[in-house]
Amino acid sequence: MDLTILAQILISGLFMGMIFALIAVGLTLIWGVMDILNFAHGEFLMLAMFISFWMFSLWSIDPLLSLPFNVVVLFAIGVGTYYLIIKRVLNAPGLTALLATFGLSILIKNSAQFVWTPDFRQIQGAWLSDHTVELFSLNFSVAEVFAAIGSGLITYLVYYLIFKTKTGRAIRASALDRQTALLMGIHIDRIYAFTFGLGGACVGVAGSLMINFYYVFPGVGSLFGILAFVTVALGGFGNITGAFWAGILIGIVETAGGVFIAPAFKYTVVFILYLIILSFRPKGLFGW
Amino acid sequence: MMDASVWALLKKPGVLIILGILFLLPFLSENLHFRHVLIMFMLFASLSQAWNLIGGFAGQVSFGHSTFFGIGAYAALVLLKKYGISPWGGMLIGGGIAALVAIAIGFPVFRLKGHYFAISTFAVAEIMERLFMNWDYVEGAIGLPAPVLEEKFIHFMWYKDKMPYFYIGFVLFVLILFLAHRIDRSRLGYYLRAIKQSPDAAEGLGIDTTRYKMIAMVLSAFLTALCGSFYAQYILYIDPPSVLSLDISIKIVLVTVLGGAGTVLGPYLGSAILIPLSEYSRILLGGTGKGVDLILFGALILVISVYQPQGLIGFFRKK
Repeated sequence: MDLTILAQILISGLFMGMIFALIAVGLTLIWGVMDILNFAHGEFLMLAMFISFWMFSLWSIDPLLSLPFNVVVLFAIGVGTYYLIIKRVLNAPGLTALLATFGLSILIKNSAQFVWTPDFRQIQGAWLSDHTVELFSLNFSVAEVFAAIGSGLITYLVYYLIFKTKTGRAIRASALDRQTALLMGIHIDRIYAFTFGLGGACVGVAGSLMINFYYVFPGVGSLFGILAFVTVALGGFGNITGAFWAGILIGIVETAGGVFIAPAFKYTVVFILYLIILSFRPKGLFGW
Repeated sequence: MMDASVWALLKKPGVLIILGILFLLPFLSENLHFRHVLIMFMLFASLSQAWNLIGGFAGQVSFGHSTFFGIGAYAALVLLKKYGISPWGGMLIGGGIAALVAIAIGFPVFRLKGHYFAISTFAVAEIMERLFMNWDYVEGAIGLPAPVLEEKFIHFMWYKDKMPYFYIGFVLFVLILFLAHRIDRSRLGYYLRAIKQSPDAAEGLGIDTTRYKMIAMVLSAFLTALCGSFYAQYILYIDPPSVLSLDISIKIVLVTVLGGAGTVLGPYLGSAILIPLSEYSRILLGGTGKGVDLILFGALILVISVYQPQGLIGFFRKK
């Protein structure tokens, strides 16, 4: 095996992994804080991609410029989802929250299909598209490099927010013990809403970055949603650092699987790896 | 089967009346759509009840039941097509294979708790669909049409008339109802509920949790595969997206949870609401390719989960 190909796989995988990580961090945050698996997470990503797509196609606003707008919109969607839906099912027995987010995901996906048809769409002529950059005598698309760096930065920002700021401390306190946090004067409701918004904002960024090099269609969220779940579980539910490393691992494995086995099996390899790792580490790589 | 608990179920006047009404319903109208909806209702009620054994009673949420459904469907058609084995035999063989696969999957994944278990079953379902998609022996993504044979009971094949399928579906429906009722009242049922409530406490009381989860899983997989074979013989064409996709797993879970997971009645309530809604809206609106039927489906699930968090069964419990 040629060393350059190996390096290419590793670095491409790393880039993809950074994006997976950002998507997964949004999901694991919500899970860690309020014990809810948001099955509509992938659909939020799809919405973000469509927003950037349409802003570019209709008004020629580059995805990089629509990124801040997307963050705000997706944050608002997250907060709205919390107040309208999640809040009402938070204390419901067992599987109700799962049912609610599934219902939401089916609703969003099919509404998108209704409005925008199931066609695959891709943008052409954005600032970042169609350029390549040479790194260590390997070629990469600028859009992917930018998406990876951007995702890494935002992931770090979320990490900083959770672990270094006062709001972050309140979020962590609510995750640890809801009743006690309430007694300490933390507005649990607001913290939950903020966390849900933050989860949305993560995919808002990811969507704007991905549309530069990836196609969008109403079902795009399903695949990334499932990958995000696997990433989150692999890293240990609720574990931000875990999700980051798991995302990178999955990115590399997926790329390598596509090259060494067959493109059709690249996700199969990821799922098999997940099952193998979980049989040794039943709570994920970083779980305890 | 015909033991005390089944008699107790039959002695409840409501049960016999409802089963009687269900049996008479297809005679009300010759309309093919109507009969199709009834058959799909019985199929999904049975699937959902099968899932309920492991997902509802034992609380082990599986998103991998499409695997068992698909195994049943493929077993029936592959054995018929390549070996000329009657689908009735194929049904049992499919059930057997599904049970073995359930054991193979169960050993590693039953060690996982809660969401780790759920995501693992997701992974299994995705792997299986991908494998069948690329497996030439079963025609991969092209799919497998049933061979054209004479309409006969032994061939499990009728082209114009839906009534034979209704009768067979009805028998399957009633059998699974009795079985679920039996398990609900049995020692196994209590063990499973104990496992759901608290696996550690159950273990502490001397319940071999892995063993009983496995029993529930194997039974559930076997019954799900029977339903899969039934579906294959009913539609007479299968491909991985129609019998192995995650959507099937999810639909089974949604029907059960919407009705009320962990209760015998839940799956019937869930499919009585969701299946006619989804089938009729698909018949009326699905042809547009706009997904209007699924928009309604999603919206309904969302509304019910928000306003009736216990599932439809909550309506019956409130006084």
